[in-house]
Amino acid sequence: MKSRHKKLALIVGAVALFGIIIVLVLNALNSNIALFKSPTEVANGNFPKDKLFRIGGLVKEGSIQRQADGVTIRFVITDSESDLTVDYVGILPDLFMEGKGAVAQGKLLPDGSFKAQEVLAKHDENYMPPEAAQALNDAHVRGVQKQAEQDAAAAVAKPKASY
Amino acid sequence: MNDRFNLYRFASPATFYPLAGRLIPWFIAAGILFGLAGLYIGMLVAPTDFQQGEGYRIIFIHVPTSWMSMFIYLVMAFWAAIGLAFNTRLSGMMAQALAPTGALMAFLSLWTGALWGKPMWGTWWVWDARLTSELILLFLYIGYMALVAAIDDARRADKAGGILLLVGVVNIPIIYFSVKWWNTLHQGSSVNLTKSAMAEVMLWGMLLMALAFWMYSIAVALARVRTLMLERERHTDWVRKTLVGDEQ
Repeated sequence: MKSRHKKLALIVGAVALFGIIIVLVLNALNSNIALFKSPTEVANGNFPKDKLFRIGGLVKEGSIQRQADGVTIRFVITDSESDLTVDYVGILPDLFMEGKGAVAQGKLLPDGSFKAQEVLAKHDENYMPPEAAQALNDAHVRGVQKQAEQDAAAAVAKPKASY
Repeated sequence: MNDRFNLYRFASPATFYPLAGRLIPWFIAAGILFGLAGLYIGMLVAPTDFQQGEGYRIIFIHVPTSWMSMFIYLVMAFWAAIGLAFNTRLSGMMAQALAPTGALMAFLSLWTGALWGKPMWGTWWVWDARLTSELILLFLYIGYMALVAAIDDARRADKAGGILLLVGVVNIPIIYFSVKWWNTLHQGSSVNLTKSAMAEVMLWGMLLMALAFWMYSIAVALARVRTLMLERERHTDWVRKTLVGDEQ
């Protein structure tokens, strides 16, 4: 083996070793790097108590309501396994919509609801013109109808949106 | 055997200097053409997005600059490895010539992302894994440039900078896969080699812009490497001959 090849092997080995170290460190820090907790994690008690933290998931269809006081907005964040009710006073971003992703920062109250101080919309990776979105939506509605017809129990098909 | 010989010939600054000079105008021309086509498609032909309206058009700058910021770093790390292993003169200069462009790309990526984030997400900045690792990339570029500039001896500067580049290369897969590995506010990638979650016209605009940024990066890196060659090899015969030839 020529010395320069030895050197190259040494460099590649060192970079690989360093990479493995970083992977292990990141793995150990995994829960701290994640920006938000899912409702299921919160339901399992896997969240920092008495501290601000973020939750994230999809805004449940039909769940956004303005409360009687006129300024509080209540909605449900879901990961389709668990739900979490969120109360928020403030301005919502434009992309905050039912069926879309959102991230909220705040505290969990003793009654199990989440008091948010900040709500951010999480955009998905889909980019398309309005007509294409309309066509997709129509197709989805037709698909749901078909499903409903086939399924005598007429269980409500929950659309699994990607986010 | 003959081919190998020819390829190695261009590893010498004396032969690479004129070659780079001849190539630069072509890359500039290609960059302008791709850029005009990309901007035309991106700004005038591509439809508005169903959710974001016109604001999504930032991707025609944001995504190509993000790609370039990661790719340029990989190229610099490649040159650093070659330079450390084979002790070639050109590799250190190549890495150094690419660094400011890489830093510019990382900065543009962060800046355009912030401009988009405020109306869409509701915040300029959030410390999620994707944004933070891209910020670290910008710091790596700046750190590399500072380190190389701080050491007077060019050979030693290349070595120290090269080690920094190789240590930092671990950050690139972290940036790329951060949206998969962790919960982030940043969305997953719309485009990779096998799938695209974008309307086709939008994708074409973005790819043309990416090509334009490629051509720009190559052109400025070649121009920069030419000045680096003249500076570092100023005591050699070929530089004296080249400069005298320029004056005539």
